[in-house]
Amino acid sequence: MSLFSRKPKETVSITYISHTGATRAVPVPVGASVMEGAVSNSIDGIVAECGGACLCATCHVYVEESCLELLEPVAAEEEAMLENTCSKRLPNSRLSCQINVTKELEGLIVRTPEAQQ
Amino acid sequence: MAAGVVIAGAGQAGFQCALSLRAEGYDGPVTLIGDEDSLPYQRPPLSKGCLSGKTDLDAIDLRPAAFYETNRIELRMGRRVESIDRQSRRVTLAGGGDVPYEYLVLATGCRNRELPGVDGVCYLRTREEAAAIMERLETSETVAVIGGGFIGLEVAAAAAGHGRKVSVVEPQPRLMQRAVGPIVSGFFRELHERNGVQFAFGTSAVDLSADMIVAGIGVVPRTELAAAAGLTIANGIVVDSRLRTSDDLIFAIGDCAAFPSRFTGAMLRLESVQNAVDHARCVAGAICGREAGYTAVPWFWTDQFNAKLQTAGLSGGFDAEVVRGVVESGKFSVGYFREGRLIAMDSINQPADHITARKLLAAGGNLTLHQAADLTFDLKAAV
Repeated sequence: MSLFSRKPKETVSITYISHTGATRAVPVPVGASVMEGAVSNSIDGIVAECGGACLCATCHVYVEESCLELLEPVAAEEEAMLENTCSKRLPNSRLSCQINVTKELEGLIVRTPEAQQ
Repeated sequence: MAAGVVIAGAGQAGFQCALSLRAEGYDGPVTLIGDEDSLPYQRPPLSKGCLSGKTDLDAIDLRPAAFYETNRIELRMGRRVESIDRQSRRVTLAGGGDVPYEYLVLATGCRNRELPGVDGVCYLRTREEAAAIMERLETSETVAVIGGGFIGLEVAAAAAGHGRKVSVVEPQPRLMQRAVGPIVSGFFRELHERNGVQFAFGTSAVDLSADMIVAGIGVVPRTELAAAAGLTIANGIVVDSRLRTSDDLIFAIGDCAAFPSRFTGAMLRLESVQNAVDHARCVAGAICGREAGYTAVPWFWTDQFNAKLQTAGLSGGFDAEVVRGVVESGKFSVGYFREGRLIAMDSINQPADHITARKLLAAGGNLTLHQAADLTFDLKAAV
């Protein structure tokens, strides 16, 4: 049994909407983060400077209200970083690197803020 | 057509410089040249998520290929800049070809310091090297690590996490001595020992009978290209506070650059994502006519077992260390002071302290020892 075996991954569709309204729905593998899904599809508006270590607050997104209840609550680490977002923090603010993609998130919609840094 | 910006080195710093140039509105040609074959990727996961098995080695590209096209960044991977002709403002590539520049950014990074006289030792800096370590880990029962710094300890933690029997030798008397104080060193020693890792200090005599040997004994800045071009070198490519080398048209950024630090008051070379990214942004700004001195607060992090250590500032030369919280709880910070001023803070599983410490340090480090130790004092009140 390999330590680093790789299974083909299922994907779910995630929709990213920019602050100007540009909308893209892309497939994101289950197990990736919403940030990784954005970066690997060249979605503008997500910078992810630290690569997903929850250290920079440049992958800030606003989660569509109707999807909020699908997400795990904000952990302490994310809470600390959310205080440092460049665009205004709102009740539906999340760091997309901390949203782990599961099958349940099929159809998730997030909006990217005007500025990340 | 204008000559544009040539970036030698496609690691985190080089990549970020290209990205920031476009983000700042730079419209000329941008050429990013890297000597590895694959797309630019992140290095931190190599010793963290990839080794522990959480992150796929092929999922760490900084951006997909299409990104470079869309942003008109000419990517030349598998190529190395061989020489710089400062007179005619061109770089020559190994294997032929040259590229003219208006500005040249050196982001050549580092190479591993190698252990003389020992064959078959693994090192960890590139994706290829990480793949080799992963392959060896599959079939190794015992792992000997040389060097109790960040890389060595991250490898040790990952290997122990996979059930391997791990021993670490560290020539210094304590772990991560260059980066953290004794309290944090002691915490991580205990954490590793609880997870079965064995240590020997004050020696570099490694167990040669181990199934695999990994050395994390530091890196050496790649300065040959700059030196051959006659630029000033002293533990890295020497730059001024605006990150310009001794040639006004050539900048140096990231791991390879020795710059004057406003925090240490001396020349400094740092190997970190923060340093790479902030240098890159500073230089992109300068090229776009918004030149400013480099003043960013250094920060870095490491993940080992269940502990995330986040460091803000540089603790070297501290004269007092103050614990905030309870070390045994596995959630605490340590403030480092010199002459009554906060110069750095290590936070273990305390991200809020870390973020506040960065702001505190940017603002001058006005915090008393008493306030640092007092959990009823809100650190934010000192910013």
